[in-house]
Amino acid sequence: MARLFPQIICGFFGIVLFVLYFLKAPSAKTLYLTITSDYWQIIFAFALLVGVASFIRVNIKKVAKLSEGPYVITGLLGLFAMPVMALLWGIKGDSPFMWVFENVQVPLQATVFALLAFFVASASLRGFKARSVPATILLVSALIALLSRSDIFGWFGNSALEFSEWVRSYPSMSARRGILIGIGLGSVTTSLRVILGIERTWLGKDR
Amino acid sequence: MLDHPALLTIAINEWLDIAQLPTFLAAVVAILTVLYTTYHKKGRESFKIREIAGLKAVEEAIGRATEMARPILFTPGWGGDIQRPTTIASLNILSSVAEKTAEYNSQLLFPTHDPVIMSVAQEVIAESYSRAGYPERFNIDDTTYVSPSQFGYAAAVEGMITRLKPASVFLLGTFEAESLILAETGNIAGSIQIAGTDSTIQLAFFIVACDYTLIGEELFAASGYLSKDKSIMASIRAQDIMKVIIAAVIILAIISAFVAPLSDWWKF
Repeated sequence: MARLFPQIICGFFGIVLFVLYFLKAPSAKTLYLTITSDYWQIIFAFALLVGVASFIRVNIKKVAKLSEGPYVITGLLGLFAMPVMALLWGIKGDSPFMWVFENVQVPLQATVFALLAFFVASASLRGFKARSVPATILLVSALIALLSRSDIFGWFGNSALEFSEWVRSYPSMSARRGILIGIGLGSVTTSLRVILGIERTWLGKDR
Repeated sequence: MLDHPALLTIAINEWLDIAQLPTFLAAVVAILTVLYTTYHKKGRESFKIREIAGLKAVEEAIGRATEMARPILFTPGWGGDIQRPTTIASLNILSSVAEKTAEYNSQLLFPTHDPVIMSVAQEVIAESYSRAGYPERFNIDDTTYVSPSQFGYAAAVEGMITRLKPASVFLLGTFEAESLILAETGNIAGSIQIAGTDSTIQLAFFIVACDYTLIGEELFAASGYLSKDKSIMASIRAQDIMKVIIAAVIILAIISAFVAPLSDWWKF
C-alpha cells in the first residue's frame, strides 16, 4: 500500500500533464503551469527543510573530526550567519548580507569555476594523445576547432575557417544528433516506465 | 447549419494545439510501442542487450572499493531535479549499485544539491539494502544535501573526493560546468570513474577524464541491464523499435528531398 498510493498519484498526474500539454485552452495552460511550477515549489519548500536538517545533523557529527572540522565549521557558519544577517539588517545593496554575498560567496564561486581552466588543460593533454586512428582524427579536429577561434587561422584565408565551420556543422553535429536521438528516446521510455509503474525503484521501501 | 465534421474541426482547433500535433503523434507512437513491448507476450520474449563496458565495470568498481577499504561516491550532478528522466535513470542505477555495496559492506556516499533528490535517494538506498538482506548496514548520513549553488556543490563534492579518496566514483545524471571539476578531481584521487549524462557537451569531458562513459541511451538502458527485469528490458526493445522508425522517416525524407525538392512534409 505504501508503494501503491504514490504510484497511482504519479500515474494520474503523468497522464493529466500529458493531456494538458497538448491542449490550447487557457484554463488547461494555467492548470499545467500550476502543477509543474506552483505544486513543485510547495514540495521543494518542505523537502528543503529536510535537506537543511540533514546538512546540520551530518555536519555537527563531523565537527570533532580533525580532517573535516574546519570545512564543516565554515559550512555551518555560513548556513546560520546568512539568514541571521538577512533578518537583522535586510538584503538591500548596502546590508552586511549583500557585503558577504558579494565579497565572500561570489569570489569563492568564481575561484571554483576558475579551476575549470586548469582541468580543461590537464584533461585535453590526456585526451588528445594520438594513440589510435580515431584519437588522431579527434586531435586534428580539436586543433582545427581551437585554431579557428584564434588569429592564426586568419593567415590561411577564409577556406580554413570554412573548413572548421564544416567540421562543426556536419561530422560533429551529426554525431551529436545521433546521441541526442538516443537520449530523447531513453527519456521517453524512462518517463513512460515511471508513469505506467514498470519502473518502481524511486518509490523506495514497501513498509 | 454546421455539419458534424465542421463542428469537430472547430472543436479540435479550439481545444488542441495544432502546432504540437507532430509531437503528439510521435508521443502516441512511443506510448503504443512501449505498451506493446511491455505487455504483449511476443514483445516480452527474452533478448540480449549488447555488452555495455561502463555497466559491466560496476561490479569491478564496487569490488575495488571493498578491497581497498575505501568508500564509493555516487552523485547525480547539479543540472537536474527529480522531474528529469536522467535523474530517475541515475537513481535506478543507484539502486543496483547500493544493493551491491550492501552485499560487499562498502560505504556508499551520495552528496546532492537537491533536497528532493536526497529524500528519494535515501529511500532508494534503504530499499536496496533491505533487498540485499542487510538493512542494518544502511547509514542515512551518507546520503547528504550539500548546497544548491552550482560551485558550492562542486566544491563540497570535490572536497569529499580529495579528503576521503573514494575507490570508485559514479558521476551519473545531469551535469553542467561542474562535470570536469569533479571528473578531474576523481582522476587525481586515483578513483575508478564511471560517468554518464544527457548533456552532449559534458560527455566530451567525461570521455577524456573518466574510465568508462555511458553515452546516449546507455544511461537509460542501465536499470534493465543491471536488474535484468523483463518488463524494463522490454521497454528497452521499444527504444530500438522507435529508433528504426526514426531512421525510416529520415531515409524517406532524404528520398523525398531528392525526388521532390519543394516538398516539406518532413519539416515538423
